[in-house]
Formats: sequence, C-alpha cells, structure tokens
Amino acid sequence: MENVVMEVKDFSFVYPGAEKPSLKKITLPVEENKITAMIGPSGCGKSTLLRSMNRIHDLYPGNTYEGEINLYHRDGTKENILKLKKENDFIRLRQEVGMIFQKPTPFPMSIFDNVAYGLRLAGIKNKSELQDRVEAALKGAAIWKETKDRLGESALGMSGGQQQRLCIARAVALKPRVLLFDEPTSALDPISTSAIEELISELKSEVSVVIVTHNMQQASRLSDYTAFMYLGELIEYDKTETIFLNPSEKLTEDYITGRFG
Amino acid sequence: MNRLMLNKTILILSTLAAVIGVGFLFWILITLSYKGIMAIHWTTFTHDLVEGGIRNLLVGQFTMAILASVIAVPVGMMAGIYLREYGHGSKLAAVIRNLSDVMMSAPSIVIGVFVFAILVDPFGGYNGFAGIAALAIMMIPIIISTTDNMLGLVPQELREAGIALGGSKHKIILQVVIKAAKVGIMTGILLSFARIIGETAPLLFTSANNQFFTLNLTEQFPSLTVSIYNLATYPDAPSRDLAWAASFILTVIVLIINLFGRFVVRNKK
Repeated sequence: MENVVMEVKDFSFVYPGAEKPSLKKITLPVEENKITAMIGPSGCGKSTLLRSMNRIHDLYPGNTYEGEINLYHRDGTKENILKLKKENDFIRLRQEVGMIFQKPTPFPMSIFDNVAYGLRLAGIKNKSELQDRVEAALKGAAIWKETKDRLGESALGMSGGQQQRLCIARAVALKPRVLLFDEPTSALDPISTSAIEELISELKSEVSVVIVTHNMQQASRLSDYTAFMYLGELIEYDKTETIFLNPSEKLTEDYITGRFG
Repeated sequence: MNRLMLNKTILILSTLAAVIGVGFLFWILITLSYKGIMAIHWTTFTHDLVEGGIRNLLVGQFTMAILASVIAVPVGMMAGIYLREYGHGSKLAAVIRNLSDVMMSAPSIVIGVFVFAILVDPFGGYNGFAGIAALAIMMIPIIISTTDNMLGLVPQELREAGIALGGSKHKIILQVVIKAAKVGIMTGILLSFARIIGETAPLLFTSANNQFFTLNLTEQFPSLTVSIYNLATYPDAPSRDLAWAASFILTVIVLIINLFGRFVVRNKK
C-alpha cells in the first residue's frame, strides 16, 4: 500500500441528534496521483465522508465518529487526522488536504488576494514569493491568460466557471497533497464543466483527487477509481472500468444502469 | 355583477386611502419647506441659539450622535458577530437576541428616564455624557440586529472555504465574512444614525439643552431637537420661525443620510 496517500479505516460518523450513523464502518484507500470518484444517490453519505477528510465538519459541534482516517506524509509517516485537536494542527491539515465546493466561493477581494489568501494564512509574507506562487497557481488552474491583466479587479466580477477555477487555483497555491471536490461542476454550464474536468485530470500529476459527483458520466470520464456508496455504506470500490463495466455487486449495477437513485 | 361591484369598491377605497396618506405626507413636507425656507437666514447658521441661530445646536446634536455611534457601532457589531458566528443555536444567544429585539421597540422616553436615573440624578445635573449614553442605548439594538441579519446572508460555503484554506475561525470572520456583509452593515449603521440624529425624548432630561456654544460634555448640551420642542411652545414669532427653520434643516439632514444609505446599497450590489 505504498501508493496510498490517505486511507479511511472502519470509519463511522453520526450527526448530532441523529439516531442512525450516516456512515457505517467505511474503509477506503485514496491512491496517490489518481482520481477517486465517490458516487451514490443523495443522502448516501458521500459528502459526509468527503467533509470528514479535512475535518471541515468540526465547524459544527456535536458530531461523533470512530475509526481512523490516516494521512501519509511525504516523509512516509502516517497520521490519524481524527486525533487532531489543536487549531494549528487543523490549519496544517487543511493546507495538506484542500477542498473545492459545489458553488464557487470567491472571497470579496481582488483576484490576486483570493489566491494569495491561503498563502498569507500559511505565513508567506515575501512579496516576490507571493507573486510567483500566485502566478504559478493561476497557470496551474488554467486561468492565467484570462486573469493576468486584471489581477487587481474583484473576483466577484468573474463568470461562474472562472470563479470555480479561481477557487481551484486558490487551493492549488498551497501545494496540497490531496484535493477534495464536492460536486464541483453541478452549479456550472456544460462548457465550464468540461473546462473544470480537463483541469482536474491535469491536476493529478501534482495532487491526489477525491471527487464527489452526481454525474455518472463525469465519474467514468474522469476517475481512476470509483467508490459506490448507498445508505451510509461503501457497497463497492474498484477501478473505475471495473465498476462501470463489470461490477461485482447487483446494487452497483442497478445504480449505474439507472434502475434507481 | 356583485363580485365586480365589490372589486370596484375595494379598488376605490384602497386608492382613496393611499391618496389620503400621501396627501398628508405632502402637506407636512410642503408646510415644513415653505415655513422653514421663509424662516432661514444666513445668520441661522452662523449664530448660536441665544442670538437667534442654530449653529451651537447643530454642532451639539452631531457631536452627541457621532460620539454615541463611536460607542454603539463597535459594541453592536461585536454583539451581532457573537450572535451569528459564535452563539448560533445556544440559549444565551437566543436570550440576547430576544432582549435586543425588545430593546429596539422600547419607547425612547423610557430610555431617557433610565439614563436620567443612572447618569443625571447621581451627578447633580443634566450633562452631555448622559445624552450620548441614551442615544447609544437606542442605537445598539439596531446595529446588533443589522449585523446579525447581514452576516446571516453570507453563504455558509464562504466560511467553509476560508476554513478549508487553513484559516482560523476569527480570521475568516474578520477578513472574509465581514467584508462580504460590509455594504449591508454600513447601510444599517447609516440608517440607525439617521434615526438617532432626530431623537428628542432620550435627550429631553439627559443632556437637556444649552443656549450657548459648548463642547463641554459635563454641562447641559445644545440639542437641535430639544430646541425645536422648546421654541415651538414659545409665544413669540421669531422663536416659532426658528423652530420651523430648525425642523426643516433636520428633515433635510435625515433625508440626505437616508438617500445616501440607499445610494450606497444600489451602487455596491
């Protein structure tokens, strides 16, 4: 398992006030420099799992969970991120494991400041270093050409697709190990969607990607591995080809062929 | 036929009601403008009340309103941030929110009486500080409510996006969330300022009034609104004319602040 960057082990998750767990004993690897897609009908727990992987759930108190989610660092050491408690540890985790949301979330500031925001939080103050890394990130997110002459303008004036690529640039700027995408194209038009998809597949040389999607074509086009979830359980996980062409579970086949969900 | 008749009757009645309402509004504005403009002379702005002008009153009214804002804006904003960002869902926050809403509809004269009891009576006389305190008490709940509501309009994803970039909660609130709600909060502050600049009751027996120019907040403090109240009851014509002039000027000031508030919203959206 040397190519695994993150691994979820026997992970269960209960929302406050809920009787049943939203996730039941999930075990799932995240392969390095690959794209892992999570599919399943609404309410199956795929977003909950994704949001556990950088502890964004901790914004809202009262969740209970057990099991492990391990992050393998570049030096080979492994760390159970569910054990983190201090603010500084969370900040470190989120710099390693970034997240892109369903709706674009540009901050109400200039394009440059949006991308530089995470870098400044990470403590980078040197102006020329900031400039270099913002430029590299915007190039990495394939939006440099459109933005290089308007870096000082407000990011709120961009189109939805551009905003989403800006958010990706913002996350990429921190050089994370893993990027989590929570239905990143469901609020976008088809042209912006294909631009984002292309970008995600280019990103995988740099980062490992986990993507939650409702769009089965998107999962089959983009991903190397696919996890199918249903009612809080991981039904099947395999290479994307196998899941889509030759699933071993009846439930997976029914979902993929559109018999339910 | 009956249904059509009813429809017509209601249409006529509601139109009539609207016309009457707007009619009174215009009547007030026209009378005010006519009598006010007739009574204004350039000495109105250069002389103090003792010499038949309102210079000291304008300065006094604005001094108190601005100093009240200096207290109320940070306190109200911080309380609003607590309610929306930190205390969300907690019992304490629910209690504070309800109390603040009650305070917003508290009669201003009651606030005046309260401040009289704690800042006028024990100190032996009317003073400017008491007036500022009364105005600040009026203003705080309005600012709390605006801040709370405007922060509520900021999408949750924006906070999550900030946290996901490695920000701590307080940094994201101060650097991202407040910025996103800036226009709304600014408008709320302007409108609450417009509200307190025209208040009389909280000042009547806190700062009272002063005929002379002063910036000393430990003594009775000049006030435009309290002067209007006093002047209007005097029997002599010059006093009454000055009351008209002062009322007109006050109306224009409030109108300008309100229009400016709307202008800010329209241009920043």
